[in-house]
Amino acid sequence: MADAAIELVGINKSFGAVRANRDIHLKVEPGTIHGIIGENGAGKSTLMSILYGFYQADSGEIRIGGKPAAIKTPNEAIAHGIGMVHQHFMLVENFTVLENIILGAEGAALLNRGIARARGELHRLEQEYGLEVDPDAVIEELAVGLQQRVEILKALYRGAEILILDEPTGVLTPAEADHLFLILRRLKDEGKTVILITHKLREIMAVTDNVSVMRQGQMVATRKTSETTVEELAELMVGRRVLLHVEKGEAKPGEIKLSVRNLTVKDSRGVTMVKDVSFDVRGGEIVGIAGVAGNGQSELIETIAGIRKATSGTVMLDGRPVDVTGAADPADLRRRGLAHVPEDRHHMGLILPFEEYENSILGYHNDPEYGSGPFLDLKAVEADARDKIAKYDIRPTDPHLKTANFSGGNQQKIVLAREMEQDPGVLIVGQPTRGVDVGAIEFIHKRLIAMRDAGKAVLLVSVELDEIRSLSDRILVMFDGRIVGERGSDATEGELGLLMAGVERKEAAE
Amino acid sequence: MSTPYAKLPAWADYGLLPLINLIVAFFVAGLVVLLVGESPLEAVSLMVKGAFGSGRGIGYTLYYATNFIFTGLAVAVAFHAGLFNIGGEGQASVAGVGVAVVCLAFDSILPWWVTFPIAVVAAAIFGAAWALIPAWLQAYRGSHIVITTIMFNFIAASLMVYLLVNVFKAPGQQAPETRTFLEGANIPSLEPLLNMLGIAARRTPLNITFFLALLAAFGVWLLIWRSRLGYEIRTMGHSPKAARYAGIGEKRIIVITMLISAGLAGLMALNPIMGAQDRMQLGFVGGAGFVGIAVALMGRSHPVGIILAAILFGMLYQGGAEIAFEMPNITREMIVVIMGLVIFFAGALEHMFRPAVQATLASLKPSSMGLKPKPAGDA
Repeated sequence: MADAAIELVGINKSFGAVRANRDIHLKVEPGTIHGIIGENGAGKSTLMSILYGFYQADSGEIRIGGKPAAIKTPNEAIAHGIGMVHQHFMLVENFTVLENIILGAEGAALLNRGIARARGELHRLEQEYGLEVDPDAVIEELAVGLQQRVEILKALYRGAEILILDEPTGVLTPAEADHLFLILRRLKDEGKTVILITHKLREIMAVTDNVSVMRQGQMVATRKTSETTVEELAELMVGRRVLLHVEKGEAKPGEIKLSVRNLTVKDSRGVTMVKDVSFDVRGGEIVGIAGVAGNGQSELIETIAGIRKATSGTVMLDGRPVDVTGAADPADLRRRGLAHVPEDRHHMGLILPFEEYENSILGYHNDPEYGSGPFLDLKAVEADARDKIAKYDIRPTDPHLKTANFSGGNQQKIVLAREMEQDPGVLIVGQPTRGVDVGAIEFIHKRLIAMRDAGKAVLLVSVELDEIRSLSDRILVMFDGRIVGERGSDATEGELGLLMAGVERKEAAE
Repeated sequence: MSTPYAKLPAWADYGLLPLINLIVAFFVAGLVVLLVGESPLEAVSLMVKGAFGSGRGIGYTLYYATNFIFTGLAVAVAFHAGLFNIGGEGQASVAGVGVAVVCLAFDSILPWWVTFPIAVVAAAIFGAAWALIPAWLQAYRGSHIVITTIMFNFIAASLMVYLLVNVFKAPGQQAPETRTFLEGANIPSLEPLLNMLGIAARRTPLNITFFLALLAAFGVWLLIWRSRLGYEIRTMGHSPKAARYAGIGEKRIIVITMLISAGLAGLMALNPIMGAQDRMQLGFVGGAGFVGIAVALMGRSHPVGIILAAILFGMLYQGGAEIAFEMPNITREMIVVIMGLVIFFAGALEHMFRPAVQATLASLKPSSMGLKPKPAGDA
């Protein structure tokens, strides 16, 4: 048997008191696609960062092609033929594809020769792997899927034999993701080795040859993909049986709680992001908005929540107008019973350096129950936070812990607890389970269903189609700022995928 | 990407790190002293003796510290909202006009304990007013507060020359200063108190404004950590996006915070004008507005830290003067170099020793890091 492309032997890594990686052994066979799955905080990214030279292991050995390799910097990793495609692209937005590809490998002080060489090499790579992209296009004008292709080309240009992809499909449409998998298979056929980090079990099943599962810093299992099931992998990830499907009864839609008519929103650059959008949400139903990230969903919910101004259109909350083109104010809307779980938990929904209990009143900090006059009653705030911690099973249970020190799932629970416990009539939820581990996803989904069953109107925005499909009673699909179609909860993934990609747009607009 | 180190415990963040920075600063300063051919040890002992060795020394040290507490608090309050108020110098100068006007108007008719509160209010209002335009420009026009407040320092400097020469100067007088205030604007010195504590102090400028400074520090603590407004200020300082999400008016917070900040800087004017010189002289702020930046940085924008840092800088001012007097090779300018080094290590290089301290603490006693860091595999 040939030497493993990569072999990790007894890797340990601690950050302070936390052991992010414990005695990790991993063997990746050459010319295979190897999936690594695990919940957030399981140590996947740490492990890959060690492999790519961002961190150094406290102990253990990395072997590449059977030989021990000391990788102290990303440059050394590249020299060993390891390339990485990051979750968040590392591209210079206003450079061309070609300029991005030679960045850091320019070759000489003058660029002309490097560019000429890169152009030839790029042509070859395109031919070989089916990675077509216009070398002179400016990055910011490319679709996300193409930007990702540039990242892959960057790695290949640097001679990568082993390609690590960190959550590559988070920003892609289902069709784009499928295309990515085609590319990965092609790379495999050409003898490259691919490591795919993801938390989406479906992708693992679709594309990998082998899969390793991490949990709490340990490698708990490695399986041949053909010999395992989604259920087994989920159980290995979480360490207990997981309910992958949400159980919910029939919706009992009531009064219209939120009504949006002809809403048009421009972003700060003056680009129209939301175009003439109209819909209603009734009490007792969950309306999901599906769409690829960046098609106006964020702007839509931020406008309804009073954070952005609309250029035109009306919004009615409980039958009363909201001044969305003028003085709408999030604080005022909260008092009127509109709660908002924002998409961007880290910058908007929470203040990470704050202690947990301070975050549990964000947006409600002027409520009389949290203080008197100009002062906050910190005891009351803390008691309230403890209450929420218990109710939402937030861990650790210390309200004085810095919010940054909670895991993604628990941070999200802090936001949810804050917004749901105000007993709002309308709840807007953006990406409720982004970066949240499987166990917490189950909890959050149940809570959202409970809100619905309590007669609340829930507007859900998510880029996870599975989530939209399993939670929503009605599904609206957004593409290029418009709602291009409405489907019931029984819509198939293929159907929604086409809508999300803008196909059928004409038909849907009628 | 996750941070590779856990957060430092508070005692290390607020105590150990500033201490290390300070020691290194003094070490480098010692090398400078050595370079000009004087003994660093002797210089240190001169400085400490000069600052704390006598009642008069202590009085001066605390007098300077009073100035720095006000300006340090001013910078800190703005910091908490993510604003950098460089304009303390100008704000304090203009506040002096308010103080002088009150003193000149009432010193012959009111007792000091009536004049003083009015002067306090006037100082705060005049100081705040000087920040109103920069604050408004930042909030509504996006002009950077650093640039505008610096510019307003220059405007204030020119304005003060004009006012002192053309408006306030008593007829027939040479110096650009107001007339000496009468009884009604003389606030009590703290000499009797020092004497009561067994510290023989004579001719020190330390006065009751020192207590006002401590009160202001307490007020800032109350504002920032106990009030709803402080919550909003901190929210904005950490994340303007979160502030918008929470319905906190960004413009309102910028203006209010800058007014509070500049008001605090303005209070500094009381100390030299009413407490020490009994008149307003040109240049009475004497750089305290700028030292406040270093004090706030070193004090980690916390009132207790600011009081300690202010006393440290008071010591450098007072003890430094002593060194310059005793050691012929060390000029006033050298003292400024030493203070510059302290500012450099405490402020600019704040993060230099942090990784090392974090790594050491983590390896010595993992539990001292207490908290669980951000989950490492944040994919």
